[in-house]
Amino acid sequence: MSLSLFILYKAILVVIVFLVSLVIAMYSTYAERKVAAFMQDRIGPNRAGPFGLLQPVADGVKMFMKEEIIPQVSNKFLFILGPSVAMFTCCITGAVIPWSTSLHIGGHDFALQVTDINIGILYIMAVTSIGVYGIMIGGWASNNKYSLLGALRASSQMISYEVAMGLAIIALVMSTGTLSLKAIAAAQTGWHWNIFYQPVGFLIFIICAFAETNRTPFDLPESDSELIGGYHTEYSSMKLGFYLFAEYINMFISSAIMSTLYFGGYNMPFIGRLGLSPNTMAILGLVFLFAKIFFFIFFFMWVRWTIPRFRFDQLMNLGWKILIPLSIINVAVTGGVVLFFHK
Amino acid sequence: MTVYLFLILGFFAIMSALMVVFAKNPIHSILYLVLTFFAIAGEYVLLNAQFLAIVNIIVYAGAIMVLFLFVVMLLNLNKETEPHKSMLRKLIAVVAAGLLMVVLVGSLKGADAMSIKPTGQNTGYIENLGNVLFKDFLLPFEVSAILFLAAMVGAVMLGKKDIK
Amino acid sequence: MQTLTTRSKVASNKKMTLVEKLYLPAIIGGMRITLNHFFKKKVTISYPEKTREFAPVFRGQHVLKRDENGAERCTACGLCAVACPAEAITMTAAERKPGEEALYREEKYASVYEINMLRCIFCGLCEEACPKEAIFLTDRMVDTDYVRKNFIYGKDKLVDPIDKPIDVSKRETTETKEFKTHPEFAHNKLYTKSLK
Repeated sequence: MSLSLFILYKAILVVIVFLVSLVIAMYSTYAERKVAAFMQDRIGPNRAGPFGLLQPVADGVKMFMKEEIIPQVSNKFLFILGPSVAMFTCCITGAVIPWSTSLHIGGHDFALQVTDINIGILYIMAVTSIGVYGIMIGGWASNNKYSLLGALRASSQMISYEVAMGLAIIALVMSTGTLSLKAIAAAQTGWHWNIFYQPVGFLIFIICAFAETNRTPFDLPESDSELIGGYHTEYSSMKLGFYLFAEYINMFISSAIMSTLYFGGYNMPFIGRLGLSPNTMAILGLVFLFAKIFFFIFFFMWVRWTIPRFRFDQLMNLGWKILIPLSIINVAVTGGVVLFFHK
Repeated sequence: MTVYLFLILGFFAIMSALMVVFAKNPIHSILYLVLTFFAIAGEYVLLNAQFLAIVNIIVYAGAIMVLFLFVVMLLNLNKETEPHKSMLRKLIAVVAAGLLMVVLVGSLKGADAMSIKPTGQNTGYIENLGNVLFKDFLLPFEVSAILFLAAMVGAVMLGKKDIK
Repeated sequence: MQTLTTRSKVASNKKMTLVEKLYLPAIIGGMRITLNHFFKKKVTISYPEKTREFAPVFRGQHVLKRDENGAERCTACGLCAVACPAEAITMTAAERKPGEEALYREEKYASVYEINMLRCIFCGLCEEACPKEAIFLTDRMVDTDYVRKNFIYGKDKLVDPIDKPIDVSKRETTETKEFKTHPEFAHNKLYTKSLK
């Protein structure tokens, strides 16, 4: 493959991944409202377009048209930097996710993954840990006590749950033997999904994913009843939109990661027996992965509209006193199993 | 290409490191320090040490600096509350920092004598790093782990209200 | 003590068992409930397209009915104004001139009849008080407006249009009909009979 073709293909892939995550985040806001409505025996948005499908567009236009308010006493540069960092970090996570196997077109092999770095999981951990800055900077620059409290809650929550998440991933890495997401996804053919080898790890991971994306029951950083809007109290217009959008992109990305790490990624049992061509398999893999992702996004929403918010001390207790010891035990047990059974 | 990247990243690292010192606002200092870590992580990537780069970001930028930010935000430091330092204090600080620099330069000059073994392209890869850490340097690695554990226990002891 | 509901539970401080402490069964139970609701029939009525039916006892905007010949029934006796707890009704009586028999049923009629819709509480006491079965509350909503004075409805808005009379049969339930047969209303009956 020539260099120019390679750059073109990567650029197209990057743009596609970026656009897809934006569009899915957009429609997640719509889906969220629909799911919430359905679970409360309502219909939900159904005015803009058929079934309200244009609602996200209307919301976006509204966000852009709103007045831009920057508090006079706040640090203007940091105030703008906050949502930008939040948006940036959630958008760059999609780079390491293997969306499917590769497509063979014209004698070339086009892998459906932006980049396969050999430490893909750690990259995701790093980016999520950077994501805290968006919230912290924004909360602090607002110069508002509710924002600051929200920011502090967010950062302490994310740091606490990152530890358990990292330990859950360590157990997974021990059983798979690689840090590359592509290799992890490729290893889960047939029924060899990691969920069957790491059920406890998955439980810890999904709880931490809820905490990392600031979703209910861990949405303390933006708990309206106590903190007005949490870290984005002072934000208006599209900067607020960026924060809200970043949450939905995070949800999409963490769904993708959960599907890839624990639910076989683009693999589906029995599909290998059909004897399809590699290109068809790749496209089917893409479909399966997105089906799994949509299920997890639905799961996120389902949980949100079921479980009430934790109290902050309960959150910290759960993180430090239950999840971390549990994940350490999980690591130890996994280590023992790997040592004695696999060799 | 690599040289230019190295120069750009080095420039960023040094500039933001200087800004850490010169920035009036402690929050800005911390953010510049984060930027420094990013630049250094970039240098690691250039050295093909991706694992080190990522771990640098996770641990320093992602965890330690967040805690710094946390503390500074809670203390609410700003220009007004900064204590005025006398000339004598500043002089002492300059001398101390100068001495530290002399020590650092001297030690680095000494280290120059040890020729770095030219290694393969994949030195920084996690497999090689793991092999080295858990085979050649197992004892220092485990000892440092115990050191961290001791620090953690100490922190818990300090944090406890009533120690019997 | 007798419990107020059948679903009340006595609160207790009993220790939770291990399974309860895990919370997972409780969470799964909750999620099952929300999922059930997900597939339930929705109760929303898409308003402008579909309107919800009014209850048969709904009391909305008033109407001053005409009789079978199209003459106004109201005789401006003022009983409705007296009965009105919100003092929303005012009227001015006038004498029927010869030749106006087709317009007004009785010799006396209301030349001005106003209901202040901002004061009205739609209690329906005027309807009960009316000896002539002239005023009824209908299932129409009072329209919104920006100015207060537009809420004072005169005869132009209250009197039954001749070409399309407003249906008040729902208000004439068997109870009301039975009530109107009481001796106090006998004069009305007699008068109607004597006309025929």
